[in-house]
Order: sequence, then structure tokens, then C-alpha cells
Amino acid sequence: MSDIKTIDARDTFCPGPLMELITYMKQADVGDVLELLSTDEGSGADVPEWVTKVGHELLSNEQIDGVWHIKIRKTK
Amino acid sequence: MRILIVGGGTGGTILANNLARRLSAEIRSRKVHITMLSDSDKHMYQPGLLYVAFGQMTPDQLYRDQKSLLEQSVDFHVDPAVEFQIDKERVVTKSGETYDYDILVIATGSRIVPEQIPGMTEGAETFYTEESALKMFRKLRSIEEGTVAVVVGVPHKCPIAPVELIFSLHDYFKARGVRDKINIKYHYPIGRIHTIENVAKWAKPEFDRMGIEYETLFNVKEVDSENNIVRSEEGTETAYDMLIAIPPHSGMEVIEKSNLGAGGWIPTDRHQLTMNGHDNVYVLGDTTNLPVSKTGSAAHFEAEVVAENIASIIKIGTPVRDYDGKVYCFIETGHDSATHAMFDYKNPPDLKPSSRPMHWFKMAYNQMYWTSVRGLL
Ligand SMILES: Cc1cc2nc3c(=O)[nH]c(=O)nc-3n(C[C@H](O)[C@H](O)[C@H](O)COP(=O)(O)OP(=O)(O)OC[C@H]3O[C@@H](n4cnc5c(N)ncnc54)[C@H](O)[C@@H]3O)c2cc1C
Repeated sequence: MSDIKTIDARDTFCPGPLMELITYMKQADVGDVLELLSTDEGSGADVPEWVTKVGHELLSNEQIDGVWHIKIRKTK
Repeated sequence: MRILIVGGGTGGTILANNLARRLSAEIRSRKVHITMLSDSDKHMYQPGLLYVAFGQMTPDQLYRDQKSLLEQSVDFHVDPAVEFQIDKERVVTKSGETYDYDILVIATGSRIVPEQIPGMTEGAETFYTEESALKMFRKLRSIEEGTVAVVVGVPHKCPIAPVELIFSLHDYFKARGVRDKINIKYHYPIGRIHTIENVAKWAKPEFDRMGIEYETLFNVKEVDSENNIVRSEEGTETAYDMLIAIPPHSGMEVIEKSNLGAGGWIPTDRHQLTMNGHDNVYVLGDTTNLPVSKTGSAAHFEAEVVAENIASIIKIGTPVRDYDGKVYCFIETGHDSATHAMFDYKNPPDLKPSSRPMHWFKMAYNQMYWTSVRGLL
């Protein structure tokens, strides 16, 4: 399995966490796991919504001390 | 002390002038030498491209000679970097020269890469280059009816541009008397119509007022220019008569080739703006990997921080400031009104209703930009 790449999108309003994830997803290879860190309250719902709609795999989604940690595997 | 600045755009120019003034005594006594490398002898005011695409500015109004914008003490060369040898503290240029440095600043900006999306280059209009903006204007002048679709690639510079484009399209078609025969359909990559929540909240009723159709969670997968259909990664599609794309962007090729960062985005410290792992290499503007809008305004505020820190390191041995993520954006809301947004790492923007004076201020800024890059504003 490839290393987990962490995307630090804490404290960003623009481009924002989901835009950051989409950027890094494009650079990743199929099978790669990315972990998004976000302090945006909405990320816990927005990010899984996109991941599911586009068809990647949501591995975990938890909020620790105000920071969302969302792990996704690129599937296509 | 040799300071080498690579990139003579918004960030590089503001930095060079600011540093040259702060270090004028050191430059006179030959303790400090500032060199700038760029790949053009011209400097373009890029936000003007949106006006070119609507016939409100001509391309010649967007340019100044780069040398005329720089303090005389800055040693300027039109000789693009072809390789960064960070471990050897030097940069190799197209002419074959080698530039050694004590402090390096990279401000090479970003570029559009529509070729990353199948069919986008052939099928879509855009306004992110001079040539494409002119082509888009010709098409806007001639379209009489049908669907004008707008799609947005990720990442892109000037995140407010998609929204500004919609307001301009609405006003332009209204002025041409064809708005009722043209359907404008906006597509956006995430689940609301703009990435900044407050901008999305403010723009939604405006879009409704103008009768703009919109689809969210739409990441462009391909453009079928034979059948005039654009398809998304999410599995939907839109048929269009004219397609306008904000293309996806990358950093410059030389950044990737020199292994400074995937996609041409250089891993950068959020507050000190140094390249991760290299305290004598600073990164400014679009080419950073920071989660900050790729705007001239971010490049400007970053340049001020870097200038102050480099000067203070030379004078007192330590940096004095942190970058706080500050960005300021005008938002044109049509051809005669505008609003603005200011935010940083911690504070979201608070949008005010749009007004005419704000639009005039933006018009004035289009000229004041040249004073701003000279470091006088
Ligand atoms: C249509 C449009 C509208 C915009 N609207 C706005 C707006 O309203 N507000 C706003 O704040 N921003 C806006 N922007 C964004 C803004 O123009 C950029 O974010 C800003 O210019 C970035 O500054 P920079 O210094 O990082 O890069 P740039 O200003 O792009 O400068 C990069 C420089 O590097 C040079 N270079 C490239 N490669 C090399 C090399 N190998 N060697 C040496 N030099 C090299 C280039 O010639 C150039 O001089 C807009 C951009 C566009 C295209």
C-alpha cells in the first residue's frame, strides 16, 4: 500500500478544504490514500458527499479536537 | 549577500522594489546585490483579461515594460530559469548562465493546463490568456441564442473569477438585447456555488435574480466538442452552444522538473513563506502550495512579509513578521457595481452589498496596480 498523503487544509476559507482535496486527488495515483485535515465545520458532511458522488472510497471520517480527519482512497 | 528573485510578476516585482528600498544603503555599499530573472521584458496586468473578454479593454492596455516598474538598483535579466539546483544554491538559465545565491525567492506564478481535460482546448473558450480572451470576445459578440455553459477547473487562480464572469455575461447579453434568448448555466466543483461560504450565500439570490441555472458538484471530465456536450466526473452532462472554461492550473514546468513540488506547487511554510526544509529559499504567490487563494492580492501581502523579513535578517539577523493568510478581493458584480471581500487564515470574509463606488474604485485600481507593483501603494 502506498503512503498516506496528508493534506493540511486547516484554517482556509479559499480555496477551502474540498477544493484542496480535489487538487491533490488529481495528482494522486489510483489506490493512493489521502488524509484531509479541516477545521471547516461543514467538511464532515461536504467531503463525504463529494467522495461518494464521484465514486472514491471513504475510509474514515472523524473530528478530533475540532479538526476533521477524513481518509479517502482514490479508486479511479 | 546575493538575493536572487525568479519571476517578475506581481509578487516578484513588489518584493524586489520593497527590498531595494529597505536595503538601499546596503546596496550602495555593495553588501547586497538584488538580481531578478524573468521570462519576459513585459509585465501583464492579468485581471484586465476579464475586461478584454468583454470588449472593455484592449490588450495593449494590460502591459508595461518590466524594467520601468523596477527600482534602478535591481539587476534585471530576461533569462528564464531552466533548472533550480537548491542543494548547490544556484539557478541555471536558458542562456546557459548560472546564478549563485545566498537567498532565493521563487515567484514564477501558475499557468493554465486545459490540455489536462480531454477536449477542453478545442471545445471551450476562456479568458486566462490574451489570445483566448480576444477569441472569447468575438464569440460573445456573435452568439444570438442557446446555452452558454460555464465550467470551472481545479485548482485555478482568481477564485472569484467564475462568479464575476456570470455577472458580466448577464449584463453583456442584456446590453446586446439577447439575454432572454440565452440560457446561462454555471457549474461548480463543490456542493455550493462558491468555495467561500459567505460568497456562496450572497451570490445565490443574485444568481436567482438574474435567472442563472446552476449545477454544483460538477468537476469537468471531458468536453465533447463535436456534439457540444460537457461531462462531469460525477456522471452528469450539459449540452451547450458556447462553453466557457476556467481551466485547471499548474505551477511552472521548471518547478516540477527541478523536483521542487508536484504539480509545480512548492511546499511552503504558511507563516514564514520559506520552502519547507530550506530556510534561505522563499516562495511567493501562485506557485506556493498554500491553501490560500491564488491572487495578486495574496502575492502582494506575501511579498511585503518576505521583503520585511529578508531585510531584517540582513540587518538584525532575524525575521520579524509572519504571513497571516491575508487576501483582499474586489468582486465585480456586473458592469457598473462591485463589492469586496477580505479574509485571512482565521477570519472569513464578511460580504457587503455591492455598490457603484466600489466598482469605480476597482476601475481606479486597474490603473493604480502599476503604482502598487512599484511598491508605492
Ligand atoms: C483573468 C484573471 C483575472 C484575475 N483577477 C484577479 C483579481 O481580480 N484580483 C487578484 O488579486 N488577482 C487576480 N488574478 C490573479 C493574479 O493575476 C495572480 O494570482 C498573480 O499575478 C500571481 O502573482 P505571482 O507573482 O505569483 O505570479 P505572476 O504575476 O503570474 O508572475 C509570474 C512571473 O514569473 C515569470 N516566470 C515564469 N516562468 C519563469 C521562469 N522559468 N523563469 C523566470 N521567470 C519566470 C513570468 O514571466 C511572470 O513574470 C487574475 C488572474 C487572471 C488570469
